[in-house]
Amino acid sequence: MARAPQTLFEKVWRAHEVSPESAATPAVLYIDLHLIHEVTSPQAFALLRERGLPVRCPGRALATMDHSTPTLTAQVFGGAPIAIDSAARQVRTLEANCREFGVELLGLTHAQRGIVHVIGPELGLTQPGKTIVCGDSHTSTHGALGALAFGIGTTEVAHVLASQCLLQRKPGTLAVNVHGRLRQGVTAKDLILAIIGRLGIAGGTGHVIEYRGETIRALDMDERLTVCNMSIEAGARAGMIAPDETTFTYLAGRPRAPQAAAFERAMDAWRQLPTDAGARFDREVDFDAAAIEPMITYGTNPGMVIPIGGFIPERADDAAFGQALAYMGLTPGAAIKDQPVNVVFVGSCTNARLSDLRSAAAVLRGRHVAPGITMLVVPGSQEVKRQAEAEGLHQVFLDAGAQWRESGCSMCLGMNGDLVGAGQYAISTSNRNFEGRQGKGARTLLASPITAAASAVRGRVTDPRELT
Amino acid sequence: MEPFTTLRSRTVVLPAANIDTDQIIPARFLTTTTRTGLGKNLFADWRYEESGAPRADFALNRPAARACQILVAGRNFGCGSSREHAPWALLDYGLRAVVSTQIADIFRSNALKNALLPVVVDESTSNWLIANPGVEITLDVAAGTLTLPSGVSAQFPLEAFARHCLLHGVDELGYLLTRADEIAAYEARA
Repeated sequence: MARAPQTLFEKVWRAHEVSPESAATPAVLYIDLHLIHEVTSPQAFALLRERGLPVRCPGRALATMDHSTPTLTAQVFGGAPIAIDSAARQVRTLEANCREFGVELLGLTHAQRGIVHVIGPELGLTQPGKTIVCGDSHTSTHGALGALAFGIGTTEVAHVLASQCLLQRKPGTLAVNVHGRLRQGVTAKDLILAIIGRLGIAGGTGHVIEYRGETIRALDMDERLTVCNMSIEAGARAGMIAPDETTFTYLAGRPRAPQAAAFERAMDAWRQLPTDAGARFDREVDFDAAAIEPMITYGTNPGMVIPIGGFIPERADDAAFGQALAYMGLTPGAAIKDQPVNVVFVGSCTNARLSDLRSAAAVLRGRHVAPGITMLVVPGSQEVKRQAEAEGLHQVFLDAGAQWRESGCSMCLGMNGDLVGAGQYAISTSNRNFEGRQGKGARTLLASPITAAASAVRGRVTDPRELT
Repeated sequence: MEPFTTLRSRTVVLPAANIDTDQIIPARFLTTTTRTGLGKNLFADWRYEESGAPRADFALNRPAARACQILVAGRNFGCGSSREHAPWALLDYGLRAVVSTQIADIFRSNALKNALLPVVVDESTSNWLIANPGVEITLDVAAGTLTLPSGVSAQFPLEAFARHCLLHGVDELGYLLTRADEIAAYEARA
């Protein structure tokens, strides 16, 4: 008897039910891969220690450090101490916890260290059909390979460490169908910003998004990772893209992916995952890719976003809107283009992969950042850094007057001291423009790597298509 | 975990919508390795001047706020980062419940893990509470009700399991470990 058509999400969920949910209890969901970093794990390991519990499956966990780690070479490799005492202590705490509990750690000087959501796919650990969690909301990134990946809190980190499971209620499903092709100069970052602009920052709450349609099929893996990364900014629980030949080609040969015959067998299983014809989603939303422009945020959440040629909205009777604009020092009705900027940050789990650096370098090659601009380029992992240097990208950035750093979350949230000053305008390839996120009083404008690079050259918000 | 059955308290109100967890507890405080002590940093960038002096006009700094255990906030409270430091900071300050028309998913889950009660009510109840800060209300976990000073009650949703855990002080980690045999059976099958 044929079973009812199922979505990708449904298939992965069901395959991981240790026990299904009932009216009285949530499902017990098995977690294939648990990624760990230094900020959200200390209290989780402490809880296990208090209870005398071991980590159930150390082989299913991988730890790294990214949020509070320095990006200055001397502090990472040169023996200079980490400047922020509490960050240094947090790093040492993770090292001690991993040693005590037998969890593999890609530590501060490890060749494969990087931002946790960059290294998972890079190592081939992120695979279709897996359940993947991390104490970080941008865990949704891994959904780009057809995994069910979502962020959890520190207490849940302890749950996974101790039981390899989570108690979860099944979310709803939201299909985001994108038709046509993105135009020249319009990137995956612009696509996801446009989606968030339409859905709103709570539009996906309670749902897992599946991104579907020819536009999505045409994206390469780095672009898919960018799209899925920001699913949480629409309030969604997770974001997924069905695996296909792009996924298999991406994974083939990666160090922690199945190899040879095992890879062939894995692909057979992965090919069963895409959503069946006729499967139902709780909600569906459609987008026309060709209508999307390069996008940029103007406010204090990712939903406050407009096309680069657009005007800041006027909402005279919305006090909160007025307060957000006052914080940003921007005027309703004004064009966002040509807004002067002070800082440009190319980095973060959203846009710091090799292709992002290549595209930013293509804009900067033979050019220089405008006077007064501080530009930081922070590769997503040490592996990305090596590959970028092998191609000479770092020299393009340095020649253009930008700084080239070791990998880490860096200026996305400034935990490591890479901060934007009060009142400064920062164009950032990261994912959040909340008040004070990049530094107290910092004014963040989220955009794509090429928009950021073009704006660095002109010293003001610039349509990247003007420089290519 | 202590059982949470009812709570009667005056309210403190932050009417802003979309209060994200970066506002609740800024990233620079996330380098702590414990769950306690974050109360003084709750809403740090809204509470304190540059000098470190408390802003007299911020709701949580007013003298009456100290005794309040219920925060009423605009819609989509707790959006953004998954940092559990957000409910820890709210609890350490002395709050035990948050009332809004919409509470973000990860924040809600983190709150429940720490017996910080997420209370989602309809717009008219929320609007009234926002317009009338400092009133005394009662939250009843078993009944799932928020009762206003007038005696009128509004329902708030609470999943059966979450209700059970709160009422009985059930520790979810302990509960998960009781399912160890099923977990082992799953691992043997997979």
